[in-house]
Amino acid sequence: MNNDYRKEEGGASVHVRRAIAYFVLILMSFLCLFWFYLLFINATRSNDEMGRGFTPIPSTHFLENWTNLVNGTLPIWNGLFNSLFVALAAAALSTYFSTMTAYAIHVYDFKLKKFMFTFILMIMMIPTQVTALGFIQFMDTLKLTNTFVPLIIPTIAAPAVFFYMKQYMESALPLALVEAARIDGAGEFRTFNGIVLPLMKPAIAVQAIFTFVSNWNNYFTPALILKDDKMKTLPILIAQLRNADWLKFDMGQVYVMIAFSIFPVIIVYLIMSKYIVAGVALGSVKG
Amino acid sequence: MAKKKRSKIVRYNKWGYIFLIPFIVVYLVFQFVPLVSTIWNSFYEHYFANGGILEVGPNFKGFENYKTIITNGDLLTYSSNTLIMWVLGFIPQIVVSLLLGAWFTDPSLRLKCQRFFKTVIYLPNLIMASAFAMLFFTLFSEVGPINSILLQTGILQSKFAFMDNMISVRAIVAFMNFIMWFGNTTILLMAGMMGIDVSLFEAAQVDGATATQVFFRITLPLLRPILVYVMITSLIGGLQMFDVPQILTNGTGNPGRSTMTLIMYLNRNISTSKNYGLGGALSVFLFIITGILSLIVYKFTTKKED
Repeated sequence: MNNDYRKEEGGASVHVRRAIAYFVLILMSFLCLFWFYLLFINATRSNDEMGRGFTPIPSTHFLENWTNLVNGTLPIWNGLFNSLFVALAAAALSTYFSTMTAYAIHVYDFKLKKFMFTFILMIMMIPTQVTALGFIQFMDTLKLTNTFVPLIIPTIAAPAVFFYMKQYMESALPLALVEAARIDGAGEFRTFNGIVLPLMKPAIAVQAIFTFVSNWNNYFTPALILKDDKMKTLPILIAQLRNADWLKFDMGQVYVMIAFSIFPVIIVYLIMSKYIVAGVALGSVKG
Repeated sequence: MAKKKRSKIVRYNKWGYIFLIPFIVVYLVFQFVPLVSTIWNSFYEHYFANGGILEVGPNFKGFENYKTIITNGDLLTYSSNTLIMWVLGFIPQIVVSLLLGAWFTDPSLRLKCQRFFKTVIYLPNLIMASAFAMLFFTLFSEVGPINSILLQTGILQSKFAFMDNMISVRAIVAFMNFIMWFGNTTILLMAGMMGIDVSLFEAAQVDGATATQVFFRITLPLLRPILVYVMITSLIGGLQMFDVPQILTNGTGNPGRSTMTLIMYLNRNISTSKNYGLGGALSVFLFIITGILSLIVYKFTTKKED
C-alpha cells in the first residue's frame, strides 16, 4: 500500500505525459507523411536533377514529367479507366447485394437462417488467395480471363460487407417499419428497394468507399486475370514499371506514375476521412 | 384465423431464401467450385515442362505434392520468411497502437488535433500497396533520395545497397506493413478502450493509481479479447503478404529468396512456373491454417454475446 503511494508520487505528471504523447504522435505522423513528401518533391524534378542528389525544395519539371508519362509507352489512361470501372462496379454490386443478404438474414425467419449466418461468418476470414489456383483455372475454362467479370461479379458475395450491414440493421432498421410497408401492400422486393435501401444509405456509403479502395488497390487477382494491355489496371502497370529495366527509365516519370495511382484515393480520403475513420471501428469489433 | 396468419408468415419467409440467392450462387461459382478444384489439383501431378510447351498430367499422385513441398524445404523457408516479416512489423504496430489508443482515449490528457492525427495515421492503410512498394523501391535504391540524404548528412560514407541486403529488405517490408496497419489497429483498439466502464478508471484514480498502473492493470486485461482479435486477424493478413515484397523485389524474393512469401510462391506456381499440383498443395495448407485461425476469431467474437 505504502509502495503504491510512492509510485504515484513518482508517476509522470500530466504535462510530461502530454508532451511525450505529442512527441510520439508527431513522430508517427512524420513517418506516415515523409514518403509522400519525397514523392511530391521528386515528381517535380527532372531525371538529371535527381541524379545530382536530393534537395528538399520542389523543382519545376512536374508538367514535363507528366507529358512524358502520358506520351510514353504505359497505357495510363486505359489503366485509370479500367481501375475506375472495376472499383466502381465492385462497390455498387457489393454494397447492394450484401445489403440484400443482410436483409434476408435480419428480417426473415427461415429454417436455414442460423446456419447461413454462421456459415457466412466462418468464411469471412478465408482469404481469396487460397482458392486463386482453382479460380484462375475455372475462369480460363469459362473463357473469362481478360475480362472484368472475374473481378466484379465475385464481390457480390462479400462476407465482411454483409457483416457490417447486418450490424447496422440491428440498430437502424426496426422490423415494425417492414411490417408497416407490408400492411400498406408493398411487395417484399419493393420494400427492400424503396424503404430499406434509403435507410441504409450511411452504411452503404462507408462500405462503398472501402470496397472501392480495396478493389482500386487490388493487385493479386487482376494480375492473374488481365493479360491484355488494354485491360490492365493501375497496380499491374506499376508492377510492369518495376519489371522494366528501371535504371534506363526516366525517374521523373516513375514518380509521377506512382503519384497518379494513389492520388484519387487520397482525394476521396481527405474529403470523407471523418466517415471512413468512424467506419473502421464500427465494422470490425462488436461493442 | 391463426392458420391463415401462419401461412402468411411462411409466405413472407420464403423471401429470405429468395434474397439469399445472389450470395449463394456467386459464392458457389466463384469461391466454392474454385476451392474444390484447388483441393482436387493438390492430389494431381500437373505442370508445364520445356518452358510451358509440354503439359505433364494431370496424373493422380495422392499426397505426393504435399510430401514434396514439405521435404524440399520450400514450405518451411517461405513460411518462416512470411512469419519473420510479419512479426517484425507486428511488434511495433501493436505497441504504438496501444500507446496511441490509450492516449487518445485518456480524458486527463485532452490531446488537441486528434482528428488530424487520426486522419494522418490511417492514411497509409488506404494507399495502393503496390504503388507504395514501388515508391519505397525507388526511394531506397542506390540512386534514390534516401541514399542521397544519408550521404549529404554524412551518416553514410558510401552508398548502401538496401535492396541487396537481406536484413534491410526484410526490415523495409516489415516497416511498410507497420506504417500501413498501425493506424487501423489504433482505431480498433480505441473502440475497445472506449467500451471500458469509466467508473473503473475513476475508482483507480481515487485509489491513487498512476497512468502506467491503470494501463497495465485495467486497460490491458480488459482489452484481451480485442487484442486476440487484432493479433489473429493481423496474422491472417500477414499470411497473405504479397503486394509489398512482390513489387519491392520484382517477384524474385531476393536476396537469396529471403523475402519470398507464401503467396509469392503460390503466385509463381499459378502464373510463371504453372505447377498446379504444388500450388494446390500449398493452397490447401494455407486454407487449413487460415481456417483454424478464423475459428479462433469466431470463438472470440461470439463468446462475448452470451
